[in-house]
Amino acid sequence: VQAHKEEDNPQKAMEGNGLTPVPDSYDYDLIVIGGGSGGLAAAKEAAKYGKKVMVLDFVTPTPQGNSWGLGGTCVNVGCIPKKLMHQAALLGQALQDSRKFGWQFTEEVNHNWMTMTESVQNYIGSLNWGYRVSLRDAKVTYENAYGEFVGPHTIKATNKKGVEKLYTAERFIIATGERPRYLGIPGDKEYCISSDDLFSLPYCPGKTLVVGASYVALECAGFLAGLGLDVTVMVRSILLRGFDQDMANRIGEYMKEHGVNFIREFVPVKVEQVEEGTPGRLKVTAKSTTGDQIIEEEYNTVLLAIGRDPCTRKIGLDKVGVNINEKTGKIPVNDEEQTNVPYIYAVGDILQDKLELTPVAIQAGRLLVRRLYAGATTKCDYVNVPTTVFTPLEYGACGYSEETAVEKFGEENIEVYHSHFWPLEWTVPSRDNNKCYAKIICNIQDNERVIGFHVLGPNAGEVTQGFAAAIKCGLTKEQLDSTVGIHPVCAEV
Amino acid sequence: GKNEYDLLVVGGGSGGLACAKEAAQFGRKVAVLDYVEPSPRGTTWGLGGTCVNVGCIPKKLMHQAALLGSALKDAQHYGWNISQPVHHTWSVMAQGVQNYVKSLNWGHRVQLQDKKVKYFNIRGSFSDPHTVRGLTKAGKETVVTADNIVIATGGRPKYPTHIAGALEYGITSDDLFWLKESPGKTLTPFVFNVSLECAGFLTGIGLDTTVMMRSIPLRGFDQACHISKIKQMYFTTQQQMASLVTEHMESYGTKFLKRCFPTKVEKLKNNKLQVTWKNADLDTEETDSFDTVMWAVGRAPDTKTLNLETVGVKTNSETGKIIVDASEATSVPHIYAIGDITEGRPELTPTAIAAGKLLAQRLFGRSSELMDYDNVPTTVFTPLEYGCVGLSEEAAVQRHGSDNIEVYHAYYKPLEFTVAERDATQCYMKMVCLREREQRILGLHFIGPNAGEVIQGFALGIKCGATYPQMMKTVGIHPTCAEEVTKLHITKRSGLDATVTGC
Repeated sequence: VQAHKEEDNPQKAMEGNGLTPVPDSYDYDLIVIGGGSGGLAAAKEAAKYGKKVMVLDFVTPTPQGNSWGLGGTCVNVGCIPKKLMHQAALLGQALQDSRKFGWQFTEEVNHNWMTMTESVQNYIGSLNWGYRVSLRDAKVTYENAYGEFVGPHTIKATNKKGVEKLYTAERFIIATGERPRYLGIPGDKEYCISSDDLFSLPYCPGKTLVVGASYVALECAGFLAGLGLDVTVMVRSILLRGFDQDMANRIGEYMKEHGVNFIREFVPVKVEQVEEGTPGRLKVTAKSTTGDQIIEEEYNTVLLAIGRDPCTRKIGLDKVGVNINEKTGKIPVNDEEQTNVPYIYAVGDILQDKLELTPVAIQAGRLLVRRLYAGATTKCDYVNVPTTVFTPLEYGACGYSEETAVEKFGEENIEVYHSHFWPLEWTVPSRDNNKCYAKIICNIQDNERVIGFHVLGPNAGEVTQGFAAAIKCGLTKEQLDSTVGIHPVCAEV
Repeated sequence: GKNEYDLLVVGGGSGGLACAKEAAQFGRKVAVLDYVEPSPRGTTWGLGGTCVNVGCIPKKLMHQAALLGSALKDAQHYGWNISQPVHHTWSVMAQGVQNYVKSLNWGHRVQLQDKKVKYFNIRGSFSDPHTVRGLTKAGKETVVTADNIVIATGGRPKYPTHIAGALEYGITSDDLFWLKESPGKTLTPFVFNVSLECAGFLTGIGLDTTVMMRSIPLRGFDQACHISKIKQMYFTTQQQMASLVTEHMESYGTKFLKRCFPTKVEKLKNNKLQVTWKNADLDTEETDSFDTVMWAVGRAPDTKTLNLETVGVKTNSETGKIIVDASEATSVPHIYAIGDITEGRPELTPTAIAAGKLLAQRLFGRSSELMDYDNVPTTVFTPLEYGCVGLSEEAAVQRHGSDNIEVYHAYYKPLEFTVAERDATQCYMKMVCLREREQRILGLHFIGPNAGEVIQGFALGIKCGATYPQMMKTVGIHPTCAEEVTKLHITKRSGLDATVTGC
């Protein structure tokens, strides 16, 4: 997609096409559609430069009727509640460890889902509130309304009560993010839940089937099992598609050894309700992907985590001519986050071929706004972005997976250094001594530059962050070897 | 040659063992002497040195025990139902820790055997530059000769012998980790990171613990301005990081007696210890009774029995440490020294190990690489951990001038603290950078959970010459504490509020 000059006169072009002429002065300098990580960051940044900014945020309720406040996926139904529930599960493990470190309390330890969920939701509520305050302080106009394009430079905002208003702006940023995908089988929308529902579920999910092999599926299955629930994961083919498969398999192995059941190479074909309740009882029928085998099983809850779809189909993009990938719904942009329509930009999860991560959306949003209004030229750097999967055994990564490195550079040109390690804190409670693992992938031809970093172990996110910074600085194996370790920590491995 | 061994290492600790094993890789004939003089309390231990037996390892494990105590409290906020009250039993923890340490002693002996390194459990002393002799426990004399000798005997805790009763009634870190029974109500006078770490975990497992401070905590660590959240002074010579750490410990339950120093220790009829001290501020004398007094007044190099004068190895007259050059060579040819015993080096296990390996590679391999002691990262494992790498703020100012330094800083709140309703007032980080052109990062300081894990990767970055713009280009991992490092943007100079708010 080529960069377009905004000197082209849109008004003349539109009039030429018989469409309504665009007003000379706009209501706003910038309208951001979507109040999530990317959208809010961009809006607040633009306000800093004295621009008149509006944010539209609206949450279409889930099939189960669930909704939430300002902040987007990360805050409400993503990173934040996920990490808190992951922490609850880790604390369950810590309880067991603590006995070996001399702590004594009764054998029977139970987890109360409602206590946890209430605390998590209270915290999220404080974040929703905090965002509203920060928008107000930044003098950004916020409307809790569904935004869609109706014509050039014009959007229609519809609130919960159905009241419609029209607004115009010189520029727009689309940051509407994504929502969980459904299977399209009988009973899916009626009886199944998604991550959109899980974090505010007003009852303990009980015996749960998680459908999917994405990081969402594995993270949720992981903490549910850690809280003491009977969890099964149904996987169609491979785990964590797109991630280093060696690491993905290790994660799966660990989860299996720690009480998560896996059903591999099956897909659900039907979900029926056996009994109503909170939770009720559901019967799932599944078919093998490799043969004719059919299995049936009962669960209290079925959680679908098979992927997410961008919210781009019903926001009037056709009315302004913004191209989307028809198959995926994602919006292609150039390296300045500009769509094919010069005054319309996009950031975050809806972008084609970009990473679906909060910090990336925030970075992209801020840099975009600085380029638009502060004369900056820095573009978002999408290379060597670190990530962490918060499964029971956490996985942090930055750079190439082993497969992609081999593909790009050739097996003979890369060197993989690896090691198992035993976190000191796991010794006394006799936890696994050969599960934690780290590997770095080096490019032999480029001074053994570190092009991939992978670690499986506790606090993987904290460990990986600094290494990501080092990789950004062009870290080589030699520099890595000459850096002294901090002792005793996992990261020194 | 006529010498029996190519290399003799005196001292089987972190540095010594690393050097010996590396030399053995080159097919050399290597011997290691290790001997532990029992502490005044009678405590002794096996092969592996300070780190394994009475340092890093047991310290971190007991720190973990204390952290798990906090985790138990957090867990209830996260929905876990635990019967109250919750007890801690010292002997269960101590046994777990001691068993693990013993497995490491065993592991080291097996490793030496596998690598065909000869191990003598004797206390050696020099009789000439190539000869060391010593007595085994059974009283048998052994003489070992070698072409090259590496001294790696480390250090032992000092006693403040000028204080009456200090030696008779007090213990040190040498004894703390091997106690079979709980130390009970404990006083640890004087402040080095050892006493803060020990006081921290003792408090965490529920013991009544008091730290007595003559002056400033964590001497040698960062001591820049003490700041309030709203008003930052640029930098003064007051404590900052150190005071944040101790502030947290105070809210955590550790008692602090500031500007006090003990004058005597006596034993009472009920076997408790009565400590008398002077309060320098009030100019009064106070007393209280404790079950245990643990001295943490610094460590002294273990050289007295080595007979260094006989062979002419020069030591620093003040500290007693062995003077070495950049290649770890002493004043006597073919005699080297590494680890805690050397003058001017950080007292850390990983530097001793690295130095030992590089030394062996230079002696027997074809390497000429010297040990780089710059930018060595460290962590203090207090209840709220403090990790750092590179220059402190004062050192940066001293080296470059205050106008050439920019300090970026932030107060942040770990996500896990929110639901747990934990106070994050002291969770803080700062990055010291050069102001000119590239804005190279000179130092990074972080107070918070898992500080060691956070700092390690950034230490690599600093080794690569990381700059502030590169740090800002690095995308954060969300949600972690470490990501806040990549978002630092408020400078101390600006005087703005450095509290991080939301995503």
